Amino acid sequence: MFNYTLRRLLLAIPTLLFIALIIFLLLELSPGDPLADMPLTIPPEVREQMRMALGLGEAWYIRFYKWLYMFAVIEPSHVLAGMTGLDMALEGPRILSWQTRSPVADIIAQRLPQTLWVVGLSYVLGVLVAVPIGVYSAYRQYSWFDQAGSFVSMVGFSLPTFFTGPLLMLIFAVWLGWFPIIYDTTLVVDDWSTFLEQLRQMAMPVFVLTLYNAAQISRFMRASMLDNLNQDYVRTARAKGMNERVVVLIHVLRNSLIPVVTVIALGIPTVFTGAIITETIFRVNGLGQLLITAIYASDIPMVLTLSVVFAILIVLFNLIADLLYAFLDPRIRYD
Amino acid sequence: MADGALPVLDVKNLKTVFRTRAGDIHAVNSVSFDLKPGELLGVVGESGSGKSVTMMSLLRLLPMPPAEILQGQVMLGGRDLLTTGEDDLRAVRGREVGFIFQDPMTSLNPVFTVGFQIMEPLRRHMGMTRAQARRRAAELLQLVGIPDAERRLKDYPHQFSGGMRQRVMIAIALACDPQVLIADEPTTALDVTIQAQILELVKELRQKLGMAIIWITHDLGVIAGIADRVMVMYGGQVVEHGPVREIFRNPAHPYTRALLQTVPKVHGDRDDKLRVIEGQPPIMVTVPTACPFRDRCAHAFDRCARENPARREIAPGHDVACHWDHHEAAT
Repeated sequence: MFNYTLRRLLLAIPTLLFIALIIFLLLELSPGDPLADMPLTIPPEVREQMRMALGLGEAWYIRFYKWLYMFAVIEPSHVLAGMTGLDMALEGPRILSWQTRSPVADIIAQRLPQTLWVVGLSYVLGVLVAVPIGVYSAYRQYSWFDQAGSFVSMVGFSLPTFFTGPLLMLIFAVWLGWFPIIYDTTLVVDDWSTFLEQLRQMAMPVFVLTLYNAAQISRFMRASMLDNLNQDYVRTARAKGMNERVVVLIHVLRNSLIPVVTVIALGIPTVFTGAIITETIFRVNGLGQLLITAIYASDIPMVLTLSVVFAILIVLFNLIADLLYAFLDPRIRYD
Repeated sequence: MADGALPVLDVKNLKTVFRTRAGDIHAVNSVSFDLKPGELLGVVGESGSGKSVTMMSLLRLLPMPPAEILQGQVMLGGRDLLTTGEDDLRAVRGREVGFIFQDPMTSLNPVFTVGFQIMEPLRRHMGMTRAQARRRAAELLQLVGIPDAERRLKDYPHQFSGGMRQRVMIAIALACDPQVLIADEPTTALDVTIQAQILELVKELRQKLGMAIIWITHDLGVIAGIADRVMVMYGGQVVEHGPVREIFRNPAHPYTRALLQTVPKVHGDRDDKLRVIEGQPPIMVTVPTACPFRDRCAHAFDRCARENPARREIAPGHDVACHWDHHEAAT
């Protein structure tokens, strides 16, 4: 198992290098000018100097190499220094955002908490809600509970967040006035009332995303349970005199969770990429919104760095899903 | 087998239907039989004759719905299993009645160790501690002929061959020393040499432990070797029943006779063709008012279409459900 993990991690390096190169080249080909937002009064020669200062005068492979060196060596040292408080940050230029001129890593570190709070929480809640619903729906297939669950899932599935989001805002923020319409990132939670305020401003985006996540995962859980409830080993467990709780929650659930856990693990990177639409609608300035604004502004270092970070997370969680699969299913061994 | 001993299991007028969208399927129609202590009752019939459904109905192991037990009585240890509560019934399953199923490849849970699966009924029914159950599970594996039992408890089902898995199933079924063991085609999915080993094992265990066995099969050769009594089923009802020697020497029902003729003979004429019973077993969409076998029967006459024959005794302990009298026909 250890050798397998090591081999997969080593194989991930060329994959990620290739992904980074493709993203870099795509951005290179894309239209857009990072200086387009600058006042038109700037003389052309100054504009050209600014372009040079951003590093745009060099050949693309030199720029790619420089970015790669900063991404793989300099930035990790700064991130580690920031986390441990040790003086281990390496000397050298850092990846700077063209919009703000501050290091990309610092901006990501500022935005990450918002995304984790809102999107991460809705993912966790989605799983916690979806698993019991999926299990019970399958156990009581075609009961009123199952029918109601199916209906809500279909609604959550088919209504896009750009519809449910504004709908909730209209009802709960505009008409009823229960929740604030804009997410206030500057809110510092330090006592009971600010904590309640934080809960209130999180309520709508978290609900919208939880509905969406729970709809998907509960359908998946239900299908997986149904696959297993008719298996012969379930009859064996009943014939041994096991009660229904043991039969369903131990024998069937343990088997049904194998594919579901894999799907949940594969979905975790989407938590970090943020829910772009939901973050934009509710003005949560998380990573999704950061990526969108960076794309609008042709902030290539930011877009490239974020995209490659997301790619790393996806490759990593794919590996984790495979390892979990082997851990949960004794029939699968990687040797 | 001591004649006249009180039966451990007494089934009367069992009726099971499957409620489907296309209508009801009458899978079991007024089946009655009993089982004496230590006896081995063979149940034979084609696929779809209602053998398995009958046995699953006894412990209400069928998925309900679509299955529904309309009437009947299943007496075991002084109570009717069809009217006892779920909890009491669960105390019977695996404790007083053990079950072995057809396909050992799918009947064990793939994600739990064999040890866990054998220990489960021990802990539930016998109130054993983990250590006691583990010791007993190792004994059971040894009993069913699995070498290196102690170590193999930690293995998963996929690490066993088909025959070994069926031995594990037998160990689970016998874990709590049941009075009755129901084996639902336990050797059908296995190849012939393994089949013979499992048969030997059951014969041996029966002598050692003395439980009564119901053995469902469509293989008459197997029945001839191990059964005390035979019950032949067709179209969800018992068409003939009697001591094993009676059934093989004086089969009275045309279906039993046809079944016996389909068994290929080792010393027979080389030119002898393999015999088959023409046609398909019926799907009972109504309560039968005629003999279910009449369409495939060489001896059918007008009464067979009018009236479903009741079981009548033709020799001590030997009864048949047929209007045709083969003795009369012979003379």
